Amino acid sequence: MSTGQFLVAFLAAAAAGTAVFFHAERHKVRHPSAWASFVFLFLIVGLPAYALHVRRLKRRRYAPDMSAAFLVLSSFLASAVEMVEALTIVLAAGLARGWRSSLTGVAAATVALAAVVAALGPALTVVPLNALRLTVGAVLLVFGLQWLRKAILRASGYKALHDEDAIFARSLAEAEHAGRVAGGGIDWYGFTLSFKGVFLEGLEVAFIVLTFGSTQGSIPLAATGAGVALVLVAGVGVAIRAPLSRVPENAMKFAVGTMLTTFGIFWSVEGAGAHWPGSDLALFAVLAFVGASSALLVNTLRNQRTALAAVGADA
Amino acid sequence: MSFVSAFGRFWWDFVVGDDWRAAAGVIAGIAATVMLAHASVAAWWLLPPVVVAVLYVSLRRATRADAA
Repeated sequence: MSTGQFLVAFLAAAAAGTAVFFHAERHKVRHPSAWASFVFLFLIVGLPAYALHVRRLKRRRYAPDMSAAFLVLSSFLASAVEMVEALTIVLAAGLARGWRSSLTGVAAATVALAAVVAALGPALTVVPLNALRLTVGAVLLVFGLQWLRKAILRASGYKALHDEDAIFARSLAEAEHAGRVAGGGIDWYGFTLSFKGVFLEGLEVAFIVLTFGSTQGSIPLAATGAGVALVLVAGVGVAIRAPLSRVPENAMKFAVGTMLTTFGIFWSVEGAGAHWPGSDLALFAVLAFVGASSALLVNTLRNQRTALAAVGADA
Repeated sequence: MSFVSAFGRFWWDFVVGDDWRAAAGVIAGIAATVMLAHASVAAWWLLPPVVVAVLYVSLRRATRADAA
């Protein structure tokens, strides 16, 4: 063996050993140093042995994982809500400006979203789990609180309810009255309307899937929830060719806001280095606490609004 | 507006929204949890009530602005 060949083999084994060490640490596989040394010394046998060991562990871990169901459900609800909104915009663009431009916009936005997910997904998986949970938990909590705040304001009557029929009528009227911006066989107004609608709503879906998936250790599981929502919403949308106004969107938004806030609290505390009593079961206690507090806030604000209206009527 | 400031503005609106004080309150709550956990004090109980209190204050501010 030449010196060059030895150097290449040495570097490959060292890189594989290091990767195994970080992977084992991140996924809480026992004896990471031993596995790393084993792979470094016996690369050909060690790497497949490690892969098989990890697969067996994953199967054992996921079987009784209650938070996995919660993860898929949250991802499904959040994605369905966003996709219903995107569908309304795409339908308005398609009916007013032509389906070719609208569907080209959808395709372009899908490619752009795939690029965002492909860039951020692998980057998130190399961050150490506690740092990831603290950062993602904090961002998710801030983001989720925004959803919950708006949902509470809607439920208590301080903010107008989300009405897909009204949004559809407004978007359709705007699209019909806008001037034609044609070029290359595409109407660019219709393209841009569809692209913006799908990209901006899709970005929220991508954000939720990536944050939920990476902190829970399974992006595919979170993506499954989003995938089911996509198939369902797109299928119904194609079948009826009208906005899905019967979907209980406001109630779903309330549920998603509650879930995002719950996950944000749970992961922020874990990432901070504190431990929940009862481990994963605490997730349900946090959900109950956030849900009950939100319901109480809705009730308080409703009463406050009624009292204000009564004072206004008396005066 | 330059591309960088427009990009920053987009992400700020996307994550933080229209009440930056609520975001600041949540971050302060997480920072306090980190400090307690590092001092080996049980810290899991702190964040849930902090979040609900922040939400209450934020909603009060929003509804007061609406009533006025």
